[in-house]
Amino acid sequence: MQKIMVCIKRVIDYNVRVRVKPDGTGVVTEGVKMSINPFDEIALEEALRLREQGAAAEVIAVSLGPDDTQQQLRTALAMGADRAILVRHDAPADPATAAAAFMALVRKEGAELVLLGKQAIDDDACQTGQRLAALWDRPQASAASRVEVVGESLRVTREVDAGLEVNEIDLPGVVTVDLRLNEPRYVKLPDIMKAKKKPLDVTDLAALGVALDEPVTVLKWDPPPQRTKGIMVKDAAELVSALKQKGLV
Amino acid sequence: MSRILVIAEHSAGKLNPSTAKVVACARAIGGEIEVVVLAADGASVAAQCAALEGVTRVLQVDHPANEHPLAAVLAPQIAGLAEGVSHLLGPSTTFGRDLMPRVAALIGAPQLSEVMAVESPRRFRRPVYAGNAVVTVEVAEGRQVVCTVRTASFEAVGSAAAHAAVEQRSVEFSPPAHTRFVSVSAPASDRPDLQTAARVVSGGRALGSAEKFQLIYSLADKLGAAVGASRAAVDAGYAPNELQVGQTGKIISPALYVAVGISGAIQHVTGMKDSGVIVAINKDAEAPIFEIADYGLVGDLFSLLPEIENLLAG
Ligand SMILES: Cc1cc2nc3c(=O)[nH]c(=O)nc-3n(C[C@H](O)[C@H](O)[C@H](O)COP(=O)(O)OP(=O)(O)OC[C@H]3O[C@@H](n4cnc5c(N)ncnc54)[C@H](O)[C@@H]3O)c2cc1C
Repeated sequence: MQKIMVCIKRVIDYNVRVRVKPDGTGVVTEGVKMSINPFDEIALEEALRLREQGAAAEVIAVSLGPDDTQQQLRTALAMGADRAILVRHDAPADPATAAAAFMALVRKEGAELVLLGKQAIDDDACQTGQRLAALWDRPQASAASRVEVVGESLRVTREVDAGLEVNEIDLPGVVTVDLRLNEPRYVKLPDIMKAKKKPLDVTDLAALGVALDEPVTVLKWDPPPQRTKGIMVKDAAELVSALKQKGLV
Repeated sequence: MSRILVIAEHSAGKLNPSTAKVVACARAIGGEIEVVVLAADGASVAAQCAALEGVTRVLQVDHPANEHPLAAVLAPQIAGLAEGVSHLLGPSTTFGRDLMPRVAALIGAPQLSEVMAVESPRRFRRPVYAGNAVVTVEVAEGRQVVCTVRTASFEAVGSAAAHAAVEQRSVEFSPPAHTRFVSVSAPASDRPDLQTAARVVSGGRALGSAEKFQLIYSLADKLGAAVGASRAAVDAGYAPNELQVGQTGKIISPALYVAVGISGAIQHVTGMKDSGVIVAINKDAEAPIFEIADYGLVGDLFSLLPEIENLLAG
C-alpha cells in the first residue's frame, strides 16, 4: 500500500471528569485538557507499525475540527505520521459531516486504507468509519483487535458481543479499531522538535466541496440521573442477609 | 404517522433478546412496526419476531449471502426497504453498531446512537461522554432517522396474542465480494448470557490472575449469575473480551450487579449503573464504586468471596 490515512478527533482527555454546564448548553471545556481520542491514537499506532513493517509507504493524519486541533495533529506528527491535514470546522461536527470530509480527502489523496477509532469518547457515536466505508462503497471492519496484511487484503479480528469474529476485507477499505489492538508509543522530545517541520495543511469543508447537512439539533444537556449512595454493611453475613431479604439471592 | 423498520438480530436460528427491546423503543415512538429478518433461511427467526407484542408485520429476506451478519452485505438490502419508512432501528449491540451507520450513510439519514428515551417521534435522549451527560436531540421534520437503541434502557416487549403476518421479500442486490466472513468464536459457556442475565458478578484487576478469577465464576455459579469483568481484568487476560462491561464493552442492567475488586472508573460505571441493586466489594473504603453502590462491603475479596459462598449455601 502507498498511503494510509488515519482520522483523529480532538476530545476532552479521558482522565477529565466531564461536567455539564449549569445552564445546560454543553459541557465545561474551559481550562480542560484536550487530547487525541484514545481509540484514534491506537489507529495511528497501527498505521505506523504497518509502515514500519514495510506494508505502507506513507501515513497521513487528518482531522475535522477547530483550529486548535493543530495541537493534536502535531502530536500525531510527533508520534510518526508523515504529514497532516486539518479540515477546519468550528462547530462540533456530526459523524455524517466527518465522514463526508474524510471521503473527500480519501479521493484527493488516493488512500488505500483508512484507520480510525471505533468511537470517539465525546459523542460516543460509533458511526464515522462505517459511514465512510458506505460513501466509499468499500469494505469495513469495525472494532478491530488484530490486523494482518494478507496480499491485497486484510484479515481483521473484531471484538463482537459473542467474542472474536474474523473477517477478510479487500483493500481499499476502512478499519475501526478497539482498545486492545496495540499500545501506542510515547512521544519523545526530539520527535516533538522534528514534528514542527513536518507539513500540516489546513483546508475547510467548502474547499473540499462538502455541503453541511445536519438535521439533528441538540436541545439541551443534562447531568445523568444520579444513583443515591446506599449503605455500607459491616461484614459478609450482613450483606448476604440484606440480599436475601430483598429476594435477590 | 410513523412507519418504523426494526432490524432483527439473530444467530443460529435464534432471535437475539435485544430485538424485543428495540421493538419496545419502536412502540414508544408509536406507529406501524415492521421487523426485517435478513438471513440465509429466516423462517424460524421470522416466526419468533411475529410473536412479539406490537409488531405489525415481519419481512423475511432470504439470501445465501445473509448467512453471516456482514454490514457491507446487509446494509444495501435494508436501504432497499427504507422507502416510506420514517425510523430505522437496530440494537446498540456490536451487530447494530457495525451495521446501522452504514445504512444511515446509504440513505443519507442522521443516526442517533444509544437512544435511551423517546420524548416524541422526533425527540430523543441519549448519553454522551461515557454517560457523564445526557443530551436531548431533535430530528428535523420530514427527515428519516436511524437509531441504535440502548437495550439496557428498555424493557423487552412480551408476546403478542395474535401473531403478525410474515411476508417474503426479495431485494435486488448483488452481494459484494470484497468482505468475507472467516470465523467467529463459539459461545464459551452455558452460563447465563451477560446481556440478559438477571444477576451479574463482575471481577476487576484485583483478582490478579486468570486462576484467581475463577473465584468470580464460582460465586456466579452459586447465584445463577452471568460473569462480567472490568477492562483492566480483560486487558490483563483474566477474562475474555466478551465479558467486558462499560463504555466500550457491554451496557447492562441486571436486577443485581456485584462488582468485586473494581474501582468504579466512569468508563466501567456507565455500563452498569442502570442495574437494580449494586453491590461493591473493595478493600479501599474510598473507591468511587461505593458512591453508586446500594450495598458496600470494605475488605479483602479473597477472604470475603469464600465466606459469602458459604453463607449462601447455608
Ligand atoms: C477510552 C477508554 C475506554 C474504557 N472503557 C472501559 C470499559 O468499557 N470498561 C471498563 O471496565 N473500563 C474501561 N476503561 C478503563 C477504566 O478507565 C479503568 O481503567 C478500569 O475500569 C479499571 O478496572 P478495575 O476497576 O478492574 O481496576 P483498578 O482501577 O485498578 O481497580 C482495582 C480495584 O480493586 C481494589 N482491590 C485491590 N485488591 C483488592 C482485594 N484484595 N480485595 C478487594 N479489593 C481489592 C482496589 O482498591 C481498586 O479499587 C476505559 C478506559 C478508556 C481510556
